[in-house]
Amino acid sequence: MTQRIESSGYLLSSVLSPEQELIDIRISNGVIAEIASAGSLTPGASVTIESAGMQLLPGLVDLHTHLREPGREDAETIRTGSAAAALGGFTAVHAMANTDPVADTAGVVEQVVRLGREAGYCDVYAVGAVTQGLEGLALAELGAMAHSMAQVRVFSDDGKCVSDSLVMRRALEYVKQFDGVIAQHAQDPRLTEMAQMNEGIISAKLGLTGWPAVAEEAIIARDVLLAEHVGARLHICHVSTSGSVEIIRWAKARGINVTAEVTPHHLLLTDSLAETYNPIYKVNPPLRTNEDVLALRTALADGTIDIVATDHAPHPRESKECEWSEAANGMLGLENALSVIQESMIENGLSNWKTIAERMSYAPARIGRVDASSGHGQIIKVGVPANVILIDTKIRRKVSEMKSASKSSNNPYIDRTLPGQVLYTFLRGEMIVANGELVRPL
Amino acid sequence: MSDVVTPVLKRHLLSIDDLTREQAILILDTADELARISDAPIKKLPTLRGRTVVNLFYEDSTRTRISFEAAAKRLSADVINFSAKGSSVSKGESLKDTALTLQAMGADAVILRHSASGAAHRLAEWTKGSVINAGDGTHEHPTQALLDAFTIRKHLNKNPEQNGGVGADLTGVNVAIVGDILHSRVARSNVLLLSRLGAKVTLVAPPTLLPVGVSDWPVSISYDFNNAIGECDVVMMLRLQLERMKSAFFPSAREYSRLFGLDMERLAKGKKSPLILHPGPINRGLEISAECADSADSLILEQVTNGVSIRMAVLYLLLGGADA
Amino acid sequence: MKAVLSSADISRAITRISHEIIEKNRGSEDIVLLGIPTRGIHLAERIGSEIGVIVGQSIPVGTLDITLHRDDLRSKPPRALTPTKIPSGGIDGKRIVLVDDVLYSGRTIRAALDALGEIGRPALVQLAVLVDRGHRELPIRADYVGKNLPTSHEEIVKVSIHEVDGEDQVQIAGSHE
Repeated sequence: MTQRIESSGYLLSSVLSPEQELIDIRISNGVIAEIASAGSLTPGASVTIESAGMQLLPGLVDLHTHLREPGREDAETIRTGSAAAALGGFTAVHAMANTDPVADTAGVVEQVVRLGREAGYCDVYAVGAVTQGLEGLALAELGAMAHSMAQVRVFSDDGKCVSDSLVMRRALEYVKQFDGVIAQHAQDPRLTEMAQMNEGIISAKLGLTGWPAVAEEAIIARDVLLAEHVGARLHICHVSTSGSVEIIRWAKARGINVTAEVTPHHLLLTDSLAETYNPIYKVNPPLRTNEDVLALRTALADGTIDIVATDHAPHPRESKECEWSEAANGMLGLENALSVIQESMIENGLSNWKTIAERMSYAPARIGRVDASSGHGQIIKVGVPANVILIDTKIRRKVSEMKSASKSSNNPYIDRTLPGQVLYTFLRGEMIVANGELVRPL
Repeated sequence: MSDVVTPVLKRHLLSIDDLTREQAILILDTADELARISDAPIKKLPTLRGRTVVNLFYEDSTRTRISFEAAAKRLSADVINFSAKGSSVSKGESLKDTALTLQAMGADAVILRHSASGAAHRLAEWTKGSVINAGDGTHEHPTQALLDAFTIRKHLNKNPEQNGGVGADLTGVNVAIVGDILHSRVARSNVLLLSRLGAKVTLVAPPTLLPVGVSDWPVSISYDFNNAIGECDVVMMLRLQLERMKSAFFPSAREYSRLFGLDMERLAKGKKSPLILHPGPINRGLEISAECADSADSLILEQVTNGVSIRMAVLYLLLGGADA
Repeated sequence: MKAVLSSADISRAITRISHEIIEKNRGSEDIVLLGIPTRGIHLAERIGSEIGVIVGQSIPVGTLDITLHRDDLRSKPPRALTPTKIPSGGIDGKRIVLVDDVLYSGRTIRAALDALGEIGRPALVQLAVLVDRGHRELPIRADYVGKNLPTSHEEIVKVSIHEVDGEDQVQIAGSHE
């Protein structure tokens, strides 16, 4: 049945383009078949989507997702995680390498991509580990992963910092041969031993060991200089401090080939939430101060920070229902990312949907060197694969734990009211999400 | 009835932040009254008969546990000591499961000592009874601060007509808290309580042992103990854990002792012959010399005695009425 | 609200009780008055000074807080303690007169006897009350009564005394008022 509907295509009528023009758009045979001014296309054989006034965006691309498979299928699987991604409007995600076994060989990255394809909710790209076992000592087989079926272009030890300067330098140099990028988790390990939360007024009060901003900024400063020195591409994961923003701004002005990401939670939440001692708010890098949040928003708006990446980090309930210091770092991000961005960037007039399309689709696809034939990160025009989403930006809804495809529930936005909801997700013309629900339930 | 307590305490005592100035004074006044009873030949009151109090201790702290136990027993509560060592806890049972178990046993109050900051806050979410924080990591130790304030108030109001300072706060009292502020739950609770009661608090420590966010605290900071001791009415010495040396917080025990230890020579620089407090157990010769610890101005043993009265007061005020 | 004892009535009652205490104890030797908070404290002080005037020497007066011995603690939020003040001679071997405003169920006095037991061993214990309204739930009776006031359970007896309430008066009110 799905096949039959698909072959006849879909008509999205009177939707707002990223540039805020009211248009009709027809999806047929997996691609964008027609675009015309609103009201000018007739349904014909196409199924008409009740979409008047909805926001059309290119399918989102997440450069930073933890899908936990292989190894922690109790927290998330590629199937559940990619379904959550589709519900959040993502048509492509990059699965981080800190699985068990670590994604440091061609075998593991190929398995990740294959499982993503089998699930079919969105395209899953594998991030390869920089060093074997994420131990920061010896380079993983970067070339083998790049040349494998998985075609890995993004390498990261995320969760751990490539702290050894020499190893970092070599990695940056080595991946140049296949136009790869090192995505650095910037955290000086010595400065963050036993660290629990942002070091500042709140940590002093709560008696939780501080994670100082300088531990992030010092690594970023070192790495942009290394990238400049060896002429390589560097990507900074989850930038969290205003100081980091300043360094990246400086590096970009100097012409250094650096890109950076910010997570939705660092754009909305602050360290004062730790006062609850509820580890649902424990994340690495930690939630920072309001001043940092405002600097990150400005940087995302002006392009100093290139992209939004979710750092979706599912954890089983028992890893959060415990003492703060015993709890795992990380929070869910895929399903509510766009709502958080609307809340923190759009509603206050800091940014607009055209810019968000750049930050959440075009730019991440570019940084990840995602193959153009996939259609990810492409401007919506006739002939390109139809990876598009529709958002109802008018509604405000209370986030509920129940309505999630993720296997985990460590969602910091539960019971918070957020604007907007992704109602439709199309992956190469196939309707994956309709009316905010998976077309093929898990 | 006019005898109903007006500033009713919250259900839990997790932090000094749970107490208003009036509630703190009520606890001190109640302790003062209970202290008289503790002096009487019969040391048992029927007040908490039928109540069950659990001492849940994840860290060894014999003195705090015994103090709470004595307090609960003098009020006729049933006391269950649940030491994490050798129990199901050491076999990996989570704090939440332990909390649910204790609740199923009908615990009216759980007194928690735990190495993780915020553990008492977590426990309070999972249990119906009252939770009393008996020290959580490097966060707080509210009953220690209350007994310190009680000890100070009593000594600064010794004349019979001052009646031990009942009803009074600590306005105008200068207190220096000296040592490892960064890792001290005693310091955090005392800063909150003493300042709430009107005392002027000075923290004396090397910069490495002060938290980065200390600027927000209602205190003055001094790196110079000799200077700071001048105007002090009270010097509160904190226990120094020697393992801190390994993390480069200070160069050597000798240097620490020389700059931040209390000895008779330094004590003599105090213009008001300050009272000496220490939460114990003390490291003689490290943060405090034996002569100082044993001197007439030292209230270290009296703190222990007062601890029982304060804990009786807290237990009475949390459990001595209708179930919340 | 109906006034049942005026200020003058209360004064007379206190004077009479004072005389009765001296008479029954054949003097004031070894007598210690202990007032039960809140109003009993002030009644005890008044009786103490009256006896002082009659016998020409002051007699010891103290207060006895019974809160920690109450059997109804769980019915209300925790109550603040009132200081117990035992005169310097102590209570061992003394003739204790407990003083309270109203005698009703007798439970307060039961708690007072327990509280007294914590402190020492008197030679004997007597009870003086301004009003006895009946309805005893324990085998307790007063040795000295200002006024016997038959009441129903539903009625409320309100004792006002100058030191606490600004005036001396006893009133009675029906529950529906």
